[in-house]
Amino acid sequence: MGKLQAAQLSLFGLVMVIAAAAAGRAHDQLFAIHMSMFAIAAAILFFRSFRVRELAPLGAGPGFASEERYEITIVRFGVIMVVVWGVVGFLMGVLVASQLAWPWLNPDLPWFTFGRLRPVHTSAVIFAFGGTALITTSLYVVQRTCGAPLISRRLGWFVMLGYQFFILLAATSYVLGGSQSREYAEPEWYIDLWLTIVWVAYLVLFLGTIMKRKEPHIYVANWFYLAFIVTIAMLHVVNNLAVPVSFLGSKSYSAFSGVQDALTQWWYGHNAVGFFLTAGFLGMMYYFVPKQAERPVYSYRLSIVHFWSLIFLYIWAGPHHLHYTALPNWAQTLGMVFSIMLWMPSWGGMINGLMTLSGAWDKLRTDPIIRMMVAAVAFYGMSTFEGPLMAIRAVNSLSHYTDWTIGHVHSGALGWVGMISFGAVYYLTPRLWGRQRLYSIAMVSWHFWLATGGIVLYASAMWVSGIMQGLMWRETNELGFLVYSFAETVEAMHPFYVIRMLGGVLYLLGGLVMAWNVYKTIKGDLREEAGEAAGALTVAAE
Amino acid sequence: MSFWSQHDKIERNATLLLALSLIVVSIGGVVEIAPLFYLQNTIEKVDGMRPYTPLELAGRNIYIREGCYLCHSQMIRPMRDEVERYGHFSLAAESMYDHPFQWGSKRTGPDLARVGGKYSNEWHVQHLIHPQSLVPESVMPRYSFLARTPLDYRYIADHLATNVTVGVPYDEAMIANARVDVLSQARPEADIADVDALRERYGEAVRAEAFDGDPATITEMDALVAYLQMLGTLVDFSTYDPMAQENLR
Repeated sequence: MGKLQAAQLSLFGLVMVIAAAAAGRAHDQLFAIHMSMFAIAAAILFFRSFRVRELAPLGAGPGFASEERYEITIVRFGVIMVVVWGVVGFLMGVLVASQLAWPWLNPDLPWFTFGRLRPVHTSAVIFAFGGTALITTSLYVVQRTCGAPLISRRLGWFVMLGYQFFILLAATSYVLGGSQSREYAEPEWYIDLWLTIVWVAYLVLFLGTIMKRKEPHIYVANWFYLAFIVTIAMLHVVNNLAVPVSFLGSKSYSAFSGVQDALTQWWYGHNAVGFFLTAGFLGMMYYFVPKQAERPVYSYRLSIVHFWSLIFLYIWAGPHHLHYTALPNWAQTLGMVFSIMLWMPSWGGMINGLMTLSGAWDKLRTDPIIRMMVAAVAFYGMSTFEGPLMAIRAVNSLSHYTDWTIGHVHSGALGWVGMISFGAVYYLTPRLWGRQRLYSIAMVSWHFWLATGGIVLYASAMWVSGIMQGLMWRETNELGFLVYSFAETVEAMHPFYVIRMLGGVLYLLGGLVMAWNVYKTIKGDLREEAGEAAGALTVAAE
Repeated sequence: MSFWSQHDKIERNATLLLALSLIVVSIGGVVEIAPLFYLQNTIEKVDGMRPYTPLELAGRNIYIREGCYLCHSQMIRPMRDEVERYGHFSLAAESMYDHPFQWGSKRTGPDLARVGGKYSNEWHVQHLIHPQSLVPESVMPRYSFLARTPLDYRYIADHLATNVTVGVPYDEAMIANARVDVLSQARPEADIADVDALRERYGEAVRAEAFDGDPATITEMDALVAYLQMLGTLVDFSTYDPMAQENLR
């Protein structure tokens, strides 16, 4: 037995015993269940560690040059999980959208109410689908652009599986009633601690691999991935500062209160958008768009300018979530001004992405994967124009608290984050499994139109319902009385909630088409497809 | 050209790239958040603010657990329609003991910052059991299970003590009597209830009654309704003069 194996065994054994003891003495049911999950996970790893195995040589992918050796099994696993979490997240979205349209879909069961399922939806799409897509693509991109394998296979699997375990803890927590009530940071203190450990391991893995690179320069995609990883670490730790009631219970109290707590949360909340859903996915764009278009990035200098200005300005924008609240006015004004300035670096990224297609625009006609990526970048441009607009205090006075915000978030999430991730999945799948091409190119086209149709229905329904509700709330008659009761504005929302749900169904159908296509590609099937498209998208040996 | 060649150094050095990124992303947060902790005028002193009673705190935790904040804000903005509909705009001081804050971000349902005292206990209980029976247009889920679930307040004293750690001024008597205070507020007719002692600790205005209509057991419904009924009632705005010198700064 080697030293490493002995250390592993004692670590897993220790975690197993501590977690089992904590489960037995837990103050509440949720904590008992979660500690049991920790104990079971540690037990599985403990008994697996007895098996002495020679580590297999690094996986050489079919479709990779023979001298290159990369860790691709982790990336393969990640791609499958991205597809799975995508479908789960979209399904949860359709469910909670239906609950808002038809309240009888809340059947008086504690774990099946909108209040508990909404965080399941947001975490499933942001952290499960988006987060797994970011980790997966970053681990692929960093290896390819550095010409070096991951520094450690064990660490790689720890990051990938540890993150999946975090998702399981978070999701079970919400349905069982564990929440800090911080939007997009709902998991309680011990789940936050677990994510911190996984995230530090991720930073070590990513940075370590960059340091071992064979290329002299760090490629621009990696700047964005690195900024995403380090900023999320900072935001996560500060926003989740809390004191647990007991180390044997799930409940904690935030270290901050009232105004300070609100600004800390929205400093986190807005930069979860800025760094998780923007910087990270820009990293994705900077690798996969040039690859799929077979063109270099449009402007190197633009990427420098927009990288530094984007990460500097984003952090300031949080207070625009708190316009007209008890937050001091100076902070609101700073948030508004920086949000408007943020428009420029955002569009710098959009222009750099779109113009990468210079000389390859004809591919939009023949290559549905490029079409998906271009649509993603276009939606990025649209929502980063809409965002600064809504951050203007006068506009915000109407839009805040309404569905307009929900529509805005979804044009970014479904359009930008979703579409660019789908593009990356379609790029990666045939390459990782050594297939000639995707099972079906026509299905990518179907996915594109289903998703685009879904977004159009979703965003337009929310624009109308949001602006309408905002106007109805403030409507006064000639005598100065409010015209509408709150309940009347709720009633007016109903048709738009139904349209929004239908948009979600289209988007979900697109996700299912993708899942089928990816499954058949992995299986090694090829759908007979005539025409230019199928031929043009054959994966060349690289 | 020198600027671009300078950047070349960053692109070749991962540690430098990491360090510079971290510095650049730290500035905004430090400038915006740090002053809130020491600028005196961030939170003005307002009479009437007190920590939550143990029962209200338990109710607040149920409000958080069920995700009520996802559809209900607790932050009235200083606009004509909001002040007409919900009451005086919210003051920073009114959430000074809120760990975490519950301002919310979406109004699928109405703002609740001042819902306390607007409806009867019976209305709240019926509304939580079956919202559509009172408001047919409502899209709110039913929460009848709250009325069937006994409140778990075994560790309520620990909750108060934890709040002290994060800055809420509960005193030793409040912590020592936390459990009996829960009982006194939800079952004031019980033998060991001591409503006077509860009011001595938390103020004369504290409502002590069988909030869910059933004096026999203390349920989660008792706690949640107790919390809803005190929301926004602590500051007496009839004595608040917006044109007073200290409010014109």
